[in-house]
Amino acid sequence: MTMMAPPAAAAPAAFLVRRRRSYYWFIVPALVAVGAVIVFPWLFTLWMSTFDWKIGTTAHFVGLENYYKLFVSRRFHEAVLHTFYFTALAVIVPLVLGTWAALIFHREFPFRGVLRGVFVMPMMATPVAVALVWTMMFHPQQGVLNYLLSLVGLPPSLWVYSPTLVIPSLVIVEVWHWTPLVMLIVLGGLAALPTEPYESARLDGATEWQLFRYITFPLVAPFLAVAAVIRTIDALKTFDTIYVITGGGPGTASETINIFLYLQAFAFYNIGDASAVVVVFFVIVLALALVLLYVRERAKWQ
Amino acid sequence: MNRDDGNTREAQRRRLLQAGLGAAALGALPGVGQLAARAQAPFDWKKFKGEKIEVFLVKSPRGDLLTKYHKEFEDMTGITVGSEMVPEQQQRQKAVIEFNSGNTSFDVIALSYHVQKRQFGKNKWMVDVRPLLADKSLTDPGLDFADFSAGGMAWATQPDGRVDSLPFNIDPWVIYYNKELFDAKNVAYPKSFAEVVDAAAKLNDPGKGVSGFVARGLKNANVPVWSSFLLGYGGGFVDSKGKLLTDTAEAIEAAKMYQTLLAKYGPQGVAGFNWNEAQSLFLQGKAAMWLDGIGFAQPLEDPTKSRIVGKVGYGVMPAGPKAQVSAMFGDGEGISASSKKQGPAWFYLQWASNKTNQFRMLQAASGAPVRNSAYIAAQSSADIKAPKQWIECMLTSARIAQPGLPLIVPVTEFRDVFGIALTNMINGADPASEMKKATAEFQPVLDKSEKA
Repeated sequence: MTMMAPPAAAAPAAFLVRRRRSYYWFIVPALVAVGAVIVFPWLFTLWMSTFDWKIGTTAHFVGLENYYKLFVSRRFHEAVLHTFYFTALAVIVPLVLGTWAALIFHREFPFRGVLRGVFVMPMMATPVAVALVWTMMFHPQQGVLNYLLSLVGLPPSLWVYSPTLVIPSLVIVEVWHWTPLVMLIVLGGLAALPTEPYESARLDGATEWQLFRYITFPLVAPFLAVAAVIRTIDALKTFDTIYVITGGGPGTASETINIFLYLQAFAFYNIGDASAVVVVFFVIVLALALVLLYVRERAKWQ
Repeated sequence: MNRDDGNTREAQRRRLLQAGLGAAALGALPGVGQLAARAQAPFDWKKFKGEKIEVFLVKSPRGDLLTKYHKEFEDMTGITVGSEMVPEQQQRQKAVIEFNSGNTSFDVIALSYHVQKRQFGKNKWMVDVRPLLADKSLTDPGLDFADFSAGGMAWATQPDGRVDSLPFNIDPWVIYYNKELFDAKNVAYPKSFAEVVDAAAKLNDPGKGVSGFVARGLKNANVPVWSSFLLGYGGGFVDSKGKLLTDTAEAIEAAKMYQTLLAKYGPQGVAGFNWNEAQSLFLQGKAAMWLDGIGFAQPLEDPTKSRIVGKVGYGVMPAGPKAQVSAMFGDGEGISASSKKQGPAWFYLQWASNKTNQFRMLQAASGAPVRNSAYIAAQSSADIKAPKQWIECMLTSARIAQPGLPLIVPVTEFRDVFGIALTNMINGADPASEMKKATAEFQPVLDKSEKA
């Protein structure tokens, strides 16, 4: 026993170690890829954000000055506010409308399949093309939207050409474009719902609203949470629509963090400042992601 | 006033320099010089036969024109041209990144003087063409350097005297006006700034959807509209010590004029208008006056696009209280300093800015040539699409033209900061405080760029 025991005990351990070692090599390609395209750029951005560097000049170290500049920049503060304002509207409105649309399309009615297909068509269009078409429709003199308003006797609106209306107008484009996505997600959720709770609720005399409020809504909540996460990510990173339609204008009225960042990096070539914006933006996204994760956990079926 | 110290002196120096250059080039021109040149080292378009050059152009009517005739250059020289044409903004970004890498993928680059001149010049990114011009074996005896207009050469000459490009096109700003609307209300084309405001007030008719005046309101794009007024008020951008002049009384008066014309007599939503929105309004006959660069005659006279064919007047920028100036843009072509094919690239430059191409540009109304000969040829040519008044307007404007943007490195940032101020004015902000705020914001940016 005493003679046999050590080898017997050591054998599986040694075998395991060898096994682990041999498998380690398989994750090396993934590690290299992640390191090269995610970790390195991140560290490099972080490093660059501590430099005063305009392309074409020599960079010099300034510590946290770039962050301080952002901290006191009114334009950046406004950009953050615009981003939150835009994101909130561009998440909530499609969620409400998308859920509503899903409830309608969940019912049986003639040509349901065809109409569902028509409804999701906006999603298939390229954002830049969509933005260009909407730009024409928003035109205060020649746009079709003001023509439509005039048909129902309403005064013309300035849409994206007005500093106060520009963000809601841009949200209209987002809503048109992305409500179908929310609808699809919620529709998938509705299809998976059991029918029994509805039957028993009807027996107890529940109204349609009560059915939705106490059965449908809690049951599709996890799907809504997924839709909310996807929409939030999309809305936060929205660049193409805003850039094409307003370029952040009039003035700076629709300048979001992304537009501000684009200007710093690719119009003014202030790489140091732009890197600092990226880092701040990353922190904001991270914080929002944590909040959303928390909401998702809460929404899960218990 | 004091801004003239900088501008006029600079202009004089440039003129002197040009004269010198012209004289130098004359040696290579017809007559005795040419004979001598032939005797020494004959110029031969086929000298670089079999080589290949890369050309980096901007997507514009000018870029289209050159691309269309590249075959002609290839046949004449035996040099193969690889060309890339990219929209303006992307072209500028790519240029900066490539030049910074120290090794460009292109040999020839098209540049916009009003944005890139100082940046390219300060970094010496392009080759000084003066030695090439002087080399008789490399310069076509028919180049006729003296034919380039003063305005064009002012653009192509750097403050230190280097000539690092050949000019191709200048773009003075003019007022397009709708003759029908003017006649209907019996208004004459304005001769002064005050008359511009008067005319705009008389012609503005919101009930009929007609605006008295339209121009760019979109930030960044709108700055030359204001500088068109600024120069007439006798103002300038930067003094010789690098101090901004954008909060002076002249600058604020110009800003007030901008605000009055656009906010009071402009169309609804003009704060978001770039040239294309302004153009489409004017094309529909819904604006009495439109201030912009001169290169838009073609769509205005195109019956498939325009409702006002034959009714468009082309007016020279009226005189301001201090001066009559047409704000000017311009573009040209230079050779990348890192190019290993400077000879073939120089051949390309000579061809691009030659008399034939310059005349073609006028013929197609796609820009304002920098060669005087193009206009002379146009006056006797029947094959010109552009209206006579347009050509006359261009000739006069070119004579009173001055750069419409400051010759500094961070031009884009300048346009952004002051563009926002101007857009805010359309939406009701006070011109004086906006100009002061923008000046305070931009001065450190300018100081930094000059120190670097």
